[in-house]
Amino acid sequence: MTALHIFRRFGVFLLIVWLAASLNFFLPRLSGQDPVRTKLLAQASLGGYVQGGIEDMVKIYEQRFGLDRPLWRQYVSYLNDTAHLDFNYSIANYPRTVNELIGEAIPWTLALLGTTTLVSFTIGTLLGALLAWPGAPRWMAWFMPPLWALHAIPFFLLGLILMYLLAFQVPLLPIFGGYSPGATPSLSWGFIGDVLSHAILPALSIILVSTGGWALGMRGMMVTTMGEDYVTFAEAKGLARSTVFLSYCLRNAILPQVTALALALGQILSGAVLVEVIFGYPGIGALLFQAIRENDHFLIQGIVFTVIVALGFATFVLDVIYPWLDPRISYRRS
Amino acid sequence: MRGLGRYLRRNPSLLVGIGLLTALALFIGVGHFLVDTEDARALSVRPLRPPSWTYPFGTDRQGRDLLAVMVAGTPLTLRIGFIAGFLGVGIGTVLAFVAAYYGGLLDTVIRGIADIGLTVPGLLVLIIIAVSIKGSLTVNQMALIVASLAWLNPTRTIRSQVLTLRERGYVEIARMSGMSGPAIIFFEMMPNLLPYLAATLVNAVSSAILASIGLEVLGLGPIDAPTLGMTLYWVNFNAAMINGWWWWWTAPTVVILMVFLGLFFLTVGLDEIANPRLRGSA
Repeated sequence: MTALHIFRRFGVFLLIVWLAASLNFFLPRLSGQDPVRTKLLAQASLGGYVQGGIEDMVKIYEQRFGLDRPLWRQYVSYLNDTAHLDFNYSIANYPRTVNELIGEAIPWTLALLGTTTLVSFTIGTLLGALLAWPGAPRWMAWFMPPLWALHAIPFFLLGLILMYLLAFQVPLLPIFGGYSPGATPSLSWGFIGDVLSHAILPALSIILVSTGGWALGMRGMMVTTMGEDYVTFAEAKGLARSTVFLSYCLRNAILPQVTALALALGQILSGAVLVEVIFGYPGIGALLFQAIRENDHFLIQGIVFTVIVALGFATFVLDVIYPWLDPRISYRRS
Repeated sequence: MRGLGRYLRRNPSLLVGIGLLTALALFIGVGHFLVDTEDARALSVRPLRPPSWTYPFGTDRQGRDLLAVMVAGTPLTLRIGFIAGFLGVGIGTVLAFVAAYYGGLLDTVIRGIADIGLTVPGLLVLIIIAVSIKGSLTVNQMALIVASLAWLNPTRTIRSQVLTLRERGYVEIARMSGMSGPAIIFFEMMPNLLPYLAATLVNAVSSAILASIGLEVLGLGPIDAPTLGMTLYWVNFNAAMINGWWWWWTAPTVVILMVFLGLFFLTVGLDEIANPRLRGSA
């Protein structure tokens, strides 16, 4: 039963991969850019003399890069390269390949996003559940207004404010980068501590904003769940309050949160890109920023494709484990 | 009028939202009379002056008066948000009604595209689009780029609303009495959806502004327009934070905070109107 479902979801994932690749291929061509001619003309003007025979050079280069072939053959060979995860060389960092650069940046982003999403989802969900729970301490209600307000702010804007307060005014934490300049990356405690202290501010700006979102969503679901008959029945049976809270209310209210998580991953990532840019944190976002500044099209396309595919895969995994979280869903055809 | 006042007291979110946005509108409106917006161009005033009586918000490194930048730039950012938001909700509403009312294959296709599109990180797709466009962008082109993805969320949320409306008694009676599909949509369903559409619109405007600021901070915006996002781009470009030019980023940050908080509280307030069942729970 689930095999068919997993198969179908995997089909959707493949569709996303194909769409992302086609987007990368067709959009730049639609705009009528001519990278070879632009590059050669730019080089000629840099040289400061009128270069004769540019048209001949354009022709030769187009032949070499396969740009003189019909569009559909270019498309097929592009899809083939993409399927082999070959994104070519970085234009600005030649002879380094796009894959190398992305490979270096990904662990940073993965660590930052993974930790912050996990922390904010856990804290936010628990906090939201407690906010709706009548047995929770009164002072918890004071969390609501600041959570609401924070939730409406973009990650990077809070990042700017935190940076000013905690790194510039009171220099508690480093202001910029992934590790101190001059430090050699190694597996020593000193370096790990250095990396962690650099990650605190970017992480904090993501956590503080997104915790509010999870808390608000969870609170709404808890209110609905607590109105269900089975909760009243559990209370009438005289079950311990903590049992009712954890196994009856929280357990059921958490399911839509997981769906929301799958949908929110893309937004969280878009926000994290800007946080990395503001803090100069050496992940995918900062690499993308650098690529945009240097007009490095191959690198931009490689990053966009990799991220879309990675997120598509994450959503696929979340979707596949969902029936395990919620036994009521079996994806069986009725 | 007194009824409105009493309602606003019951719906403080709406009051806060309207209050913040009115303050912003007053700032822009009065500012246009008092400030020469020509000073929002580079090289018009002495660079890097901290706030003073002549330049209440200070000046930036390229010689812009930041007060003039805020007065001239805030409406530009809002314009991007409004154009993209209206287009997004407009297209989204049409698609949502087509999908939910007629169902079938059309519904499957529209819902499929919206569902897949929503899981993809929007900013990255917008980056690819913005990078593909030759030359520098204008503010209106910027709005169109943002609008290209702004319809996904409205389509999805409005569709589910229409689905519940379709089964209501009065819609069924209209159908039985021989009303045509478009007539039912416009005269029976639309009036009931209006408050909901308003909340969706505010939401869409807010996400469009967020997306446009994101693109601009990355350097993919209208380079010579003094929008809020471009101001932050120059802040980042010149490392204003590390150099201690605090006034340069304070002004745009405060204005952006007002925009987002205002729009957020407006949505919460409108949600309360659209969905009275929330009353008391918030």
